[in-house]
Amino acid sequence: MRDIRHHLTDELLMGYSAGTLPEAFNLVVATHVSLCDECRARLHSFDAVGGVLLEEESASMAHGALEATLALISRKAQEPIQPKPKQPAGAFPGPLYDYVGGDLGAVNWKRMGGGVRQAILKTSKDATVRLLNIPAGAAMPDHGHKGMELTLVLQGAFLDDGERFARGDIEVANEDLAHTPIADIGEDCICLTASDAPLTFNSLAPRLVQPFLRI
Amino acid sequence: MNMLTKQISAEEKGASIGQMSYAFVGGMSSHRKTSPSKARDVNIQDRNRGKTWVAEIQAIHTHQDQGAFAALFSHFAPRVKAFLMKSGADAALAEETTQEVMATLWTKAHMFDPSRASAATWIFTIARNRSIDALRKQRRPEPEELTWGPEAEPDQESALALQQECEHLARAVSELPEKQRVLVERAYFGDLSHSEIAAETGLPLGTIKSRIRLALDRLRHELK
Repeated sequence: MRDIRHHLTDELLMGYSAGTLPEAFNLVVATHVSLCDECRARLHSFDAVGGVLLEEESASMAHGALEATLALISRKAQEPIQPKPKQPAGAFPGPLYDYVGGDLGAVNWKRMGGGVRQAILKTSKDATVRLLNIPAGAAMPDHGHKGMELTLVLQGAFLDDGERFARGDIEVANEDLAHTPIADIGEDCICLTASDAPLTFNSLAPRLVQPFLRI
Repeated sequence: MNMLTKQISAEEKGASIGQMSYAFVGGMSSHRKTSPSKARDVNIQDRNRGKTWVAEIQAIHTHQDQGAFAALFSHFAPRVKAFLMKSGADAALAEETTQEVMATLWTKAHMFDPSRASAATWIFTIARNRSIDALRKQRRPEPEELTWGPEAEPDQESALALQQECEHLARAVSELPEKQRVLVERAYFGDLSHSEIAAETGLPLGTIKSRIRLALDRLRHELK
């Protein structure tokens, strides 16, 4: 496992643990945690807080609930067992592999201009998540945010504001940050990126195409 | 008297007080009127306080022990139901979802890892996932699973250490200043959006995180 240098924030891990993040963010968090044992341990510790809160109150169950549950268990036992999916060995960790329906080769890329390609993944509408493929050495359009943007590197690397982000690293950007990530030379950079508000581009051209691209 | 000293003195005396059932009445509106301290007082009298439930879950895995399941059910089902109601489910949906959560506990008992989670923690994660499915109608992407194979299991010592760490955390949560405690509860019962969650909760999570990290390192070593 690569030594990951850029991690999730406590707020995101707590929100994921509490189950209150938009589905698009959940996918990025679950994908990062699949690659990062440090954040997996932090996440389990936030889950432990949930366990503590679970112990605090109780509500009476209906009469016969135990018997009904045992009956449910024996019905489930008769269902055919689904084979446990093998953990993918490609570029995409398990949760992302599930959403794409395969690895890199299964992605339905759309051109965005400047050699950049994207594929939007289907999630609930409160936020969006997409895969981006940025050619080696190319820049993402200069943009700022109204909300929060998470960018997780899956292949290659990008440079942003003097920092290098490689596979497994995550950049958490909020509304204060106007930035221009540049793909590192060497190989194309593939990222999974989620945002909960439309991006705002700082030059005119991308702003015009924005509605068509659903950025 | 401080609630902790009450609890400890009761345990020292070996006092066995029958399990009080605390009926949670009403839906979301009423739970906010319930003061947290009242809920804690009820738990002090819970004869199961301090029990880890690890053996019961393992008994389901090793020999489909229905007695162990019944004991887990009587303790956890009412708690899962209250959690779901506080998260916004009505009583009927909470009842149905709780039964599904408890059935999942049975079918996934082999995946419970006491070196990484307490029983309550693990059941919380099952309940949370079911509630996202039932209440928000969303898919819940989960990280890749890391499980011990049949030839290597977590050692008892690290499991015990983690269970103790969860006890410490429970104590720390109960001692949080009211304001912070309410914030943490609101976050976990779905009252705060991700942009409203604050990192400064005052929760001491450093030690428990280190313990879990050690368990993960051992597991990774075994998986190699």
